[in-house]
Amino acid sequence: MHVHKYEKWWLTFGTATLISFLIIIGVTAFHAGAHPNNSKWTIDYEKVDQIAPFDNPGVHKVENKDWDYEVVLVASAFSYNPMEIELPVGSKVRFIATTKDVIHGFEVAGTNINMMLEPGYVSELVTTVDKIGEFTIVCNEYCGMGHAMMYSTLKVVDADDNSSH
Amino acid sequence: MTTAVTNKEVKEKVQREKSNFKKADFIKVDRKDAKLALAHLYVAFTALLLGGLAGLLQVFVRSGAFKLPFGIGYYQVLTVHGVLLGLILTTFFIMGFQFAAVSRTAGTLSNTQRKLGWLGFWLMTIGTIAAATMVLLNEASVLYTFYAPLKAHWIFYAGLALVVVGSWIEGLTQILRYAQWRKENKGETSPLLAFMSVVNSLMWFVASLGVAIEVLFQLLPWSLGFVERIDVLLSRTLFWYFGHALVYFWLLPAYMIWYVVIPKVIGGKLFSDALARLSFMLFLLFSIPVGVHHQLTEPGIDGFWKFLQVVLTFFVVVPSLMTAFSMFATFETRGRELGGKGVMGWFKQLPWKDSRFLVPFIGMVAFIPGGAGGIVNASYQMNQLIHNTIWVTGHFHLTVATAVVLTYFGASFWLIPHLTGRKLTDRINSLANTAGILWAVGMFIMSGAMHIAGLLGAPRRSEYSTYGGSEQATEWITYQFAQAIGGTILFIAILLIVGVVINLLWFAPKGEEEFPVAEAASGSSRTPAILENFKVWGVILVALILIAYTFPIIDIISNSPAGSTGFKFW
Repeated sequence: MHVHKYEKWWLTFGTATLISFLIIIGVTAFHAGAHPNNSKWTIDYEKVDQIAPFDNPGVHKVENKDWDYEVVLVASAFSYNPMEIELPVGSKVRFIATTKDVIHGFEVAGTNINMMLEPGYVSELVTTVDKIGEFTIVCNEYCGMGHAMMYSTLKVVDADDNSSH
Repeated sequence: MTTAVTNKEVKEKVQREKSNFKKADFIKVDRKDAKLALAHLYVAFTALLLGGLAGLLQVFVRSGAFKLPFGIGYYQVLTVHGVLLGLILTTFFIMGFQFAAVSRTAGTLSNTQRKLGWLGFWLMTIGTIAAATMVLLNEASVLYTFYAPLKAHWIFYAGLALVVVGSWIEGLTQILRYAQWRKENKGETSPLLAFMSVVNSLMWFVASLGVAIEVLFQLLPWSLGFVERIDVLLSRTLFWYFGHALVYFWLLPAYMIWYVVIPKVIGGKLFSDALARLSFMLFLLFSIPVGVHHQLTEPGIDGFWKFLQVVLTFFVVVPSLMTAFSMFATFETRGRELGGKGVMGWFKQLPWKDSRFLVPFIGMVAFIPGGAGGIVNASYQMNQLIHNTIWVTGHFHLTVATAVVLTYFGASFWLIPHLTGRKLTDRINSLANTAGILWAVGMFIMSGAMHIAGLLGAPRRSEYSTYGGSEQATEWITYQFAQAIGGTILFIAILLIVGVVINLLWFAPKGEEEFPVAEAASGSSRTPAILENFKVWGVILVALILIAYTFPIIDIISNSPAGSTGFKFW
């Protein structure tokens, strides 16, 4: 099979770029630990309200863990519990969320905090909130009539403000 | 420069080629086969008009300045848009085009084959009507991805299953005609277009097994009430086993037109028969074991397997680069033949006023940012920024809704008159060009606004909302206004296209329009037989699918929570 000289260069260059790109993604994932939500935790979606930690949704400060806060969140058609989340800037947070009915999304708009919430599964993501501001949390998976009415708010506030009050 | 070619000489050369072509035997698609192909195009362009209208309503609603009358729901309209344009327009056009392509290059269908073709067509059409009825009755506002546990009426699922089964029969018919050709011409390289149609049908068959299992064994028994619960993650994984190959199923007919038809339209030769076949085989291999890259932010699937499928996804870069090279090499070669000088002089020589070239060319250009956006989407980590934002909608409006459909339209401008025995007149040709340019402008505005709003976090598939007066949402609404402007321009372009199609079907003057099929350049080497050995490629394909999917599926089933009951939240 005859391949034009320029095409050989073109494909060699393209494939080399591709391989370096994949290596970067791979190292970032498996060495630096940057994975999207891969949680394997399952739950009875019909009894979410009675099962810890979802019996107590909200922001919880934790000790002796790899993160400072746990945010427990329950989604259902068409709202989130809690309606508002406040965290000091720079804190390391583990988001733990699930749904009581259909599939919902959990997206902190304009950030890379973004997970699918599926009935029977708990979704988790550990991240550092490093930007002060008010972020809208939106449902980004169609869940029915009220889908676009479904939101919550993440407030990332100055850490000093918190302690001085 | 003694070798310089004067303009006069060029003109004479083109003239000569034209008259040679007229003298040459003009291969026409058999009239009975033409009827079968045309039947598909009727449905496809009806779907374009209705689906386009639904799209127009959506962008209006999302601008915040318009409310749907008569209690029609936004998500009902969105379901119409997705099903008609994503599933019906595409599948019907593809099957109609492939029938014509196989009949043109491998030979007229036998009576039995043609009957099978009609059987497939009617199954697909009945299925479409059944599913559409359920959507119109508001029994199936589940969007074209119909994710459980939202539960539609069973007739909706059954209708879609009929569309798939019908398309299997049609794909099988094309494979039968190709097999017949190979039997009658032992040891010869098969006609390229027929080969490509067969690869696409084969990919479609292997891919749609996933959605067929989902519908037959999960959604139907569940929606009929035979079983109470459904395994949601399994159903989504089966859907996406199918769903990514679906987008290549849309794309490959556009590639057939780029590789085989466009070179002939511009008067050039096929760049390389062997490389075209190799690129199709690579598409076949990397179409199916990659679906999990649509599920990167989902729970229940292990990171290792997600990453493996990300890697397999990216190998599609190789045939894509091969295609890009072939296209531009063909263009440059032809442009220089016509006297184009310097680095870019050949570019001016291309037939810019020919809608059969210009409209697909706009599609090719859109495929460059479309492909780049796709790389972002499939990137394991970057996906988290854009997953389910309207960026994704912007992405596939560049790929399927520009690159692919503009190529389909560009092909229709010769295919329809070829099948109806009419001619594309100059006036209709310029109308078609106007539609293509309007499409480019409208899509640049709409898709551009979608990409930016998506990066800012605006979700896809969502009605107009201020999200409780949030500052971020206010920012998104500005872009939604731009989407409405772009969408309106696109709808005007759709009306023009439908006008052109109606003209070519019933009103254009009688005559003969060529079905352009490029030939290999003289002196090109013979295509290696391995490229037509479906056993070898089939084995690799099955092996890749088993590697990519066995463990994740076992994992999903063995760790699965209790299933879900159905919900009707619309």
